Amino acid sequence: MNPLELKRDFPILEQEINGHPLVYLDSAATSQKPVSVLKALQRYYETDNANVHRGVHTLGSRATEAYEQAREKVADFIGAESPEQIVFTRGTTESINMVAYGFARHQLHAGDEIVLTVAEHHSNLVPWQQVARVTGATLTYLPMDKSGVLDLDDVRATLSSKTKLVAIQHVSNVLGTIHPVRDIARLAHEVGALVVVDGAQSVPHMPVDVKDLDCDFLAFSGHKMCGPTGVGVLYGKRTWLDAMEPTYFGGEMIDIVELQESTWKETPWKFEGGTPIIAGAIGLGVAIDYLHQVGMEAIHEHDLQLASYAMEKLSVVDGLEIYGPSLGETRAGLVTFNLKGIHPHDVSTVLDSEGIAIRAGHHCAQPLMRHLGVPSTARASFYFYNTESDIDALVASLQSAKEFFAHAIG
Amino acid sequence: MQLDELYRQVIMDHYQHPRNQGELEDGALSVDLRNPSCGDEITLQMVVQDDVVTDVRFKGSGCSISMASASMMSEAIQGKTVEEAIVLAEKFRAMMRGESVDTEELGDLEALQGVSKFPARIKCATLAWQALERASRNVDASNHSS
Repeated sequence: MNPLELKRDFPILEQEINGHPLVYLDSAATSQKPVSVLKALQRYYETDNANVHRGVHTLGSRATEAYEQAREKVADFIGAESPEQIVFTRGTTESINMVAYGFARHQLHAGDEIVLTVAEHHSNLVPWQQVARVTGATLTYLPMDKSGVLDLDDVRATLSSKTKLVAIQHVSNVLGTIHPVRDIARLAHEVGALVVVDGAQSVPHMPVDVKDLDCDFLAFSGHKMCGPTGVGVLYGKRTWLDAMEPTYFGGEMIDIVELQESTWKETPWKFEGGTPIIAGAIGLGVAIDYLHQVGMEAIHEHDLQLASYAMEKLSVVDGLEIYGPSLGETRAGLVTFNLKGIHPHDVSTVLDSEGIAIRAGHHCAQPLMRHLGVPSTARASFYFYNTESDIDALVASLQSAKEFFAHAIG
Repeated sequence: MQLDELYRQVIMDHYQHPRNQGELEDGALSVDLRNPSCGDEITLQMVVQDDVVTDVRFKGSGCSISMASASMMSEAIQGKTVEEAIVLAEKFRAMMRGESVDTEELGDLEALQGVSKFPARIKCATLAWQALERASRNVDASNHSS
């Protein structure tokens, strides 16, 4: 894999920002899109655009075929047994909300427990708070040290016959910890609980196989894996998807509509009320083709290497506090940090003035920020189009941020 | 993009040495506000007597721009009527939109003019002012109820 060659597939990365070549280190927020995806979107609208699953004209057939083909690509990408286990949604948040509202809300009762971690992204936390509120279930948090590592003995001790659902991130978007989801799923199943995996940060970055993980649901977003914004995926085991109620009602998702009641289509179409995300799904399919070409193993390896290179370079920057696994420990392709005495917004503004894009804030993980004892942090995140020289630029720019503020404060 | 335009000396001074930072006794008007997109937070407290702001305190956590803006605002509204403070808030917002305003009245606040060229940072600068606007609505409400 040659990152510099791959980078040329991303027109957006060729520009200058504030007089400096763009160094994009915010792929955990959203990835950039290769030209093949952009072209596929344009080609779809130029040649095949029509509504799907209705009408008998040629364009309608082409659009339907392309849309359903995208579903097959997604199923194949995550090792699902059947494309019918793939629901197209707007993104991870919507996918998890579907499980919360269409499934958990009906299955859980007072006294039941939902087990999760303090590091969850708000999208895998707030929906469960809502389920707890409505059903009387309670939220139980797994013990987690500050580096975000989970101990399987703690997991075993936390789970009980009361646990009905475990909602867990595969990779922390702040700490970069990769959780042993397969082991957690096994322990959860031993007590009869179901497992919902937030794959927003894992599916784009490493090979993920739902049969191997044995998770009951997996949610992820297209836009973090070279696809367009506005499309995401919910995978579920067939039994649970069949038992799950639709969240939206109306066009597209119905079977027979009577005056007083109606019946739904089969899984997964019963979950896709209204005109679905046709172009988005097709774009995601092409993004998956692209990722296959690059190779998910190679992407994962590159991420790990960049993370370890970044840790090496950043851990010697004076006054820099780094969160998550220590130097030498496994870490996904991101590093979250704070420069002593300089707010992450101010750090980010200085970096931006040198063309470097990072994320600053609470990263949609307010409980984790409290757990770490900081109001906010800065995060640099990597993808296969990043190189070691991007990290060198980051380190140099952090030095100039320190100098600038030392001077400004006087 | 010139960083010096954003981080003027007087801003860094207010950031380093915030004026009117702290808490007032019970009975002062108090507003908690946070910027949910970044985690900045501020608690603004005011004592209003006969419609005049006689005391102001703030505490919070945030970037240099948000904290300096709060500090400057706390000085600027002291001794003003609530109505005058709101007029000032409107002037400040106009300055953030890049409109030309009479800077004389703004005092130190004029130093924040550069923020208008950094769109991503405008909400940092306006957080304290949003708290002020909310607090002033509470003054109105408490006047009506008494």
